[in-house]
Amino acid sequence: MPSSVMPTSTERRGRRPSPPAVSAVGLRKAYGAKTVLDGIDLHIPEGSVFALLGPNGAGKTTTVQILSTLISADGGQAQVAGHDLATAPQAVRGAIGVTGQFSAVDGLITGEENMRLMADLHHLSRSRGKQVTAELLERFDLTDAAGKPVQSYSGGMKRRLDIAMTLVGGPRIIFLDEPTTGLDPRSRHTMWGIIRELVTGGVTVFLTTQYLEEADELADRIAVLNDGRIAAEGTAEELKRLVPGGHVRLRFTDPDAYRGAVTALRDGRRDDEALAVQIPSGGSQRELRALLDALDAAGIEADELTVHTPDLDDVFFALTGDDVAIPAKEATR
Amino acid sequence: MSSLSLAVRDSSTMLRRNLLHARRYPSATLNLLLTPIMLLLLFVYVFGDAMSAGLGGGSGADRSDYVAYIVPGILLMTVGSTTIGAAVHMAMDMSEGIVARFRTMSIHRGSVLIGHVVGSVLQSVMSVVLVGAVGVAIGFRSVDAGVLEWLAALGLVALFSLALTWIAVGMGLSSPNAEAAGNSAMPLILLPLISTAFIPAETMPGWIQPIAEYQPFTPAIETLRGLLLGSEIGHNGWLAVTWCAALTVLGYLWSRSLFDRDPR
Repeated sequence: MPSSVMPTSTERRGRRPSPPAVSAVGLRKAYGAKTVLDGIDLHIPEGSVFALLGPNGAGKTTTVQILSTLISADGGQAQVAGHDLATAPQAVRGAIGVTGQFSAVDGLITGEENMRLMADLHHLSRSRGKQVTAELLERFDLTDAAGKPVQSYSGGMKRRLDIAMTLVGGPRIIFLDEPTTGLDPRSRHTMWGIIRELVTGGVTVFLTTQYLEEADELADRIAVLNDGRIAAEGTAEELKRLVPGGHVRLRFTDPDAYRGAVTALRDGRRDDEALAVQIPSGGSQRELRALLDALDAAGIEADELTVHTPDLDDVFFALTGDDVAIPAKEATR
Repeated sequence: MSSLSLAVRDSSTMLRRNLLHARRYPSATLNLLLTPIMLLLLFVYVFGDAMSAGLGGGSGADRSDYVAYIVPGILLMTVGSTTIGAAVHMAMDMSEGIVARFRTMSIHRGSVLIGHVVGSVLQSVMSVVLVGAVGVAIGFRSVDAGVLEWLAALGLVALFSLALTWIAVGMGLSSPNAEAAGNSAMPLILLPLISTAFIPAETMPGWIQPIAEYQPFTPAIETLRGLLLGSEIGHNGWLAVTWCAALTVLGYLWSRSLFDRDPR
């Protein structure tokens, strides 16, 4: 048979764009009177990292549980890997790997036995299962602990084993629900490295996190989830542009110099207690030079100058309505 | 892969996992054998003389007659006792994240339960053999059981433990944690105490006799006695099989519906 009539899975059929890894419209979920998800829309291209960012109780875990077929949605519809969640959950399961918030490992058996269990459930042959197990244990630095019961593993080791188990079947889409919560800084950085490595293999990663820094580090696109709704979505840069939070802060030790600066910089915001002035600024070289020229002209020398560019924290607080810190500070004056 | 071969393959994987747990932590199973063994020794060596007097059948009954009487009851009590382990194990499993992982994998959905049930039945039958060996050591002898009777006895024990295990798995699934599962499964070890395991139903107060006679343990015990000792089985044979079948179906449907619920 000529090979040209045998379509293979790797063959690109025309130039059609590949279907999104995840697309959801109007997902809703309520537990009794408590609405957890209030109409979520998602569109995640294949091969990208998507971060769902939100505070505790925003509905992150519920979203992952719905998209990974663990629970059913009350409303809306979603396709994962091109399969409908409601009508073809088993096909969805065949394409995904899930690492939940609480480690989904069998504590009573060893790390290696956990891996072999996954290989058997993915119907790999004995030799293939052995090989995949050895490779993944090596890759996640678990070879030495492979023969020990998982109960004795540290939190970071359990999390690594958890992800190794998720990878056994070669999933195309991986859900990671708060992969670094509760990990120490070193384990957290190791986990970031692991996640970055996953994406280079063309896998789509859907992760949830409450750390803005983490979303900024890892994700191509970020959605901010608050109270069951998506408050904003975009790249980290796009989100940062949503809030004008950039400023230059000048701090003084000499009250006279401070008063001079307040007089010279009329658009600055004064903080009499800290002897500091905040001047709105995008932080560009030109803006900084203009500011420094103005200070020189007035003969003012600040003791400390810091440039503050808006970060995801500003976005997050602005979007989730948790920006009580600033009015409270002003109210004390 | 056809859905049947998928079911068989995944269930046998889950069974291997279940047996691995049992092998790694044998004390969990062995602890459950202490109650039936202690009751056996207590009733034979401490209460034996008084108990044999209650057996009736003239004045000739002695302690060795009582050993013969009590062992079949103790064997089925062993089944009840080990299935408590199934309830606790199931509840423990459900509180771990691993079952959530299984639910998001493309595997036969019932295999988690089937692995638990088959594993528990095997452990149960092995426990009965162990307790039976204790019975033989203290003088229990089967009078007239041939190969066929022994096979039937083994089948009865397996069927009875299948029935109780499905019920126990349902209890495990409906319990929030392992302790609660252990408590809700208590009837499985208390029920034999009001059966004909230790004394004939005729010697009990009148109001409890119908309960003692028709609850699931008594027909099974009487059938086992008949098979091993040649006593009259009568209607107890089909009553035992009916109880087993009914409890199996009930326990299966109950467990499936609990397992298919969305986890919280």
